[in-house]
Amino acid sequence: MTGPLGKDLLGLDELSAEQIRLILDTAVPFKEISERQIKKVPTLRGMTIVNLFFEASTRTRVSFEFAEKRLSADTVNVASSGSSVAKGETLVDTARNLEAMRIDMVVIRHPASGAARFLAERIDSNVINAGDGTHEHPTQGLLDLLTLRDHMGDLTGRRVCIVGDVLHSRVARSNIHGLQKLGAEVAVCGPRSLLPNAVAEMGVQVFDRIEAAIEWAEALNILRLQLERMQAGYIPSLREYNRVFGVTSARLEKAPRDVLILHPGPMNRGVEIDSDVADGPHSVILHQVTNGVAVRMAVLYLLAGGRPDLADAAKGGRA
Amino acid sequence: MSKPTTLLDARAIDRTLRRIADEIVELNSGTDDLVVVGIERRGVQLADRIVALIEKQENATVARGALDITLYRDDLQTVGPRPVVGRTTLPLTLDGKRVVIVDDVLYTGRTIRAALDELADFGRPARIALVVLIDRGGRELPIHADIVGRTIDVPAGKRVDVLLSEVDDRDAVILADRDPA
Repeated sequence: MTGPLGKDLLGLDELSAEQIRLILDTAVPFKEISERQIKKVPTLRGMTIVNLFFEASTRTRVSFEFAEKRLSADTVNVASSGSSVAKGETLVDTARNLEAMRIDMVVIRHPASGAARFLAERIDSNVINAGDGTHEHPTQGLLDLLTLRDHMGDLTGRRVCIVGDVLHSRVARSNIHGLQKLGAEVAVCGPRSLLPNAVAEMGVQVFDRIEAAIEWAEALNILRLQLERMQAGYIPSLREYNRVFGVTSARLEKAPRDVLILHPGPMNRGVEIDSDVADGPHSVILHQVTNGVAVRMAVLYLLAGGRPDLADAAKGGRA
Repeated sequence: MSKPTTLLDARAIDRTLRRIADEIVELNSGTDDLVVVGIERRGVQLADRIVALIEKQENATVARGALDITLYRDDLQTVGPRPVVGRTTLPLTLDGKRVVIVDDVLYTGRTIRAALDELADFGRPARIALVVLIDRGGRELPIHADIVGRTIDVPAGKRVDVLLSEVDDRDAVILADRDPA
């Protein structure tokens, strides 16, 4: 069962530019479905999808669930708390047991980097990575790309800066891979303690000052500053982080052009982003959320179905 | 490989579409509540041409729509996803409308089955009629067209292609060899 994306979606690093464009192009007509009165098409009727979430998530889980339901798949949500996982069952055992109940796809969010691949190599169902540790969050990267493309057109040569905790961010990694494959210029900006040591080797520019990043960029993707980072000693205080790296309207006013503002959520208003920027005219943060459903529908569709053995039997008929 | 035969040239297509436009108006006793919906891809261009003809003839505005039935197909599990999903654009509601579906070639009837399912998600039309430029037989479902441009017997191993200048290099209906499996 392999379609144009292969069996699984684990990260943007392993997709080609053509595959990424195919997902984005496919997502465009899917947007219209969510605008209908009956927000449902029968495409994945009869398919069973398990959303296996080992980490807290509202946006991503709800977005996947909407995408699945609007394609008519049957969905089951499994969270780590209140499941056999809390009793010490291993990831593979959990998934194999679910597979024994005849499922077709697993959407997995897990705190360990590589968990999605680990699972994908051990079960027959399609696996979609919904965020694994600090590795990748491919559907978030794709919805960011779609949102940028909606507002900027072709991304070749366009300048996008990722701001904040790049070190711990799977969103940053998926964005860097995806943007570079589509030909965009990518920069990062944040305290050195929150940038990976080898960040320059990823082919990105590094800005130590947010003012310089704003002057350079056409779009800023502002990452959430996880509050635990302060206790861990990466930054001295949230107030100081906001003073030095916060994206404020005063700073944006000095930009030579309008800068598009993206944020994967959940936002810490007043820390990495000020409220008047988050709600400002150039913010596309809610557009990102809308696009998230369409992109996930496109991924589910492109991973589903495709049985060459049955296709031969059906050949000759034009549907 | 034999040379493709031209079944209809540009002038024949034009003539056929004018007759179809007249028949649509007759079938619906006018243009009130009429919605002409083309099926992606070439049904959309045919629908546009037919609407232009009706509007000119009747001096009225006719609503139009486009339907992409990819997501309503019954072969995702077998054939797999189509690489390109087109857009569906329809008036907000079809409740009480007189819908005319337009497609280029009617063959197995499966596309029309999918189109009927999709239309049902947009409301409850008063009537749905089917218009095709070519009926080539070979139905696998109990579906028939209300208005047919031309009925053609297609020998085994052949297929009918409708070419339209909006998307192809010219207007023509040709009989060609089926692609080798």
